[in-house]
Amino acid sequence: MVVPHAATASTPLATTPAAGSVIEFRNVTKTYQPGRPAVDNLTLTIDGGAITVFVGPSGCGKTTSLRMINRMVEPSAGTITVDGRDVSTGPAPALRRSMGYVMQSAGLLPHRTVTDNVTTVLRLNRVPRAQARRRAAELLDTVGLSSELGRRYPNQLSGGQQQRVGVARALAADPPVLLMDEPFSAVDPVVRAELQQELLRLQRDLAKTIVFVTHDIDEATLLGDKVAVFATGGRVAQYAAPEEILRAPADDFVAGFVGRDRGFRHLSFSPGTDVPLHPVPHGAGWELVLDDDGGPAGWRRDGAAVVPGGSLFRLGDSLRRALDAALSSPSGLGVAVDDDGRVAGVVKGTEVLAAIDAARRAREGGP
Amino acid sequence: MTWLFGNLPQVLSLAGSHLVQAVIPLVLAVVISVPLAQIARHNKTLAATFLSVGSVLYTVPSLALFVILPVVLGTRILDFTNVIVALTIYAVALLVRSTLDALNSVDDGIRQAAVAMGFRPLHRFLAVDLPLSLPVLFAGLRVISVSNISLVTVGALLGIPSLGFFFTDGLQRNFPTEIIVGIVGTLILAVLMDGVLVLLQRLLTPWLRTPRAPAAEVVRA
Repeated sequence: MVVPHAATASTPLATTPAAGSVIEFRNVTKTYQPGRPAVDNLTLTIDGGAITVFVGPSGCGKTTSLRMINRMVEPSAGTITVDGRDVSTGPAPALRRSMGYVMQSAGLLPHRTVTDNVTTVLRLNRVPRAQARRRAAELLDTVGLSSELGRRYPNQLSGGQQQRVGVARALAADPPVLLMDEPFSAVDPVVRAELQQELLRLQRDLAKTIVFVTHDIDEATLLGDKVAVFATGGRVAQYAAPEEILRAPADDFVAGFVGRDRGFRHLSFSPGTDVPLHPVPHGAGWELVLDDDGGPAGWRRDGAAVVPGGSLFRLGDSLRRALDAALSSPSGLGVAVDDDGRVAGVVKGTEVLAAIDAARRAREGGP
Repeated sequence: MTWLFGNLPQVLSLAGSHLVQAVIPLVLAVVISVPLAQIARHNKTLAATFLSVGSVLYTVPSLALFVILPVVLGTRILDFTNVIVALTIYAVALLVRSTLDALNSVDDGIRQAAVAMGFRPLHRFLAVDLPLSLPVLFAGLRVISVSNISLVTVGALLGIPSLGFFFTDGLQRNFPTEIIVGIVGTLILAVLMDGVLVLLQRLLTPWLRTPRAPAAEVVRA
């Protein structure tokens, strides 16, 4: 599971093994106003090398909990340990430099160039400038940015680019722990989806311990190896794999928070490999129009104008994608594409439903 | 004009000493106000105290201050030091407020980000808070610089050399040309100082001169 640290193994900057650290909350409480704890007696073990998402409505203590890990907030009671070491021992600045931190709206220093932003923690750790700059160029590449952007100031970048720089900066010192505080909530949905996929891709190589805060249950179930659902009053209502949270919410709060669409969302965890593919229809009725590369261009009915198609079902995607492709297509037939984006066939809504039913029965162990 | 050219060496020498008396207090005021403002940021009582004391000090007439200071400081009445101390007091009185506003103008998210990255407090102040507060700080400095240039002329009443000398001398000799040279010279100094400050700010805040990214996100194909 833990992949060697491919992107950065060559640099001598790593001070810790690439595999992430285990973080433990033991009876942690934070009280700002007496009688109304922001975080109430939290006990939680965060797995090393995995993404753990803290999700919940605003004011539930998820951000406060995150910030107690690097002592941006000091707990009122209880202890937090990283690999068994109590974080409250030793100076806070040194602790913070050993953890990457990505915040909403990137939090880049506006008066420093992109390169200088990325090298901030390295320079704080007295890594020589030339070495830090080489590392910055490497990191910009890792997060999918051209190293030419290094000379620019943050306000010359788009929101999505700034967020990528934020991630590069957090990774610079190769910390075993990455704390991410609603990092993608300020960018538009298209860019957000792109950044989420990038994070998953990065994590496959890096295997950091990532603690990710969000109020978006979709983001939580997409990214999290484990999800902690925080309820108002600063308690954790459920801490489990996302699939389990969607399938079996622990209580009414979780069920309510996960929302009405949880049945549909849960389909994300069922592979759509058993859905039968049909050839693309031709002739009378609906006809799928292809572009020059063999990708879908849209649908046409009886030779009329081409209308845009629905969402695409990439072979190997989940049942959720398969069903959505069928439901969102003007013809009622979901378009399936291969990895290169070429049309591979179409799927029928009724057959997706049949596959869903089969998957459910397989889970229950019945015939 | 002929008078001006005939007396150019004197005009220049007075302008020079005028400038020295205006610039030194400005520099001293920055050195004093920045730490005071930073202390005040973390203590509401102190902030209120600094601001009221500043207001009170600023209402003391400058001529009175020039006369009192030699007694307090033990300097001679014609000493430059008196003007410099007096103008520093006025400048600090104004600048503490400006600096406080300037430091408060720094986005708290950026400050938090700096803390999260592991800056120690003093380093963060010098490397993040201070540079980012420069735009507002300079706005305050420009007002004070102009006010300093004008206040320096008051010292001429006591015989301390500055372009203000031409006001008193021209008045006594009933010679308007000299007064005009004094006024125009003072104005030129004020504009010059302002220009230098604008230039300095541009040099110190290169990130503000960059064109912004297009508002719309560019989605790669």
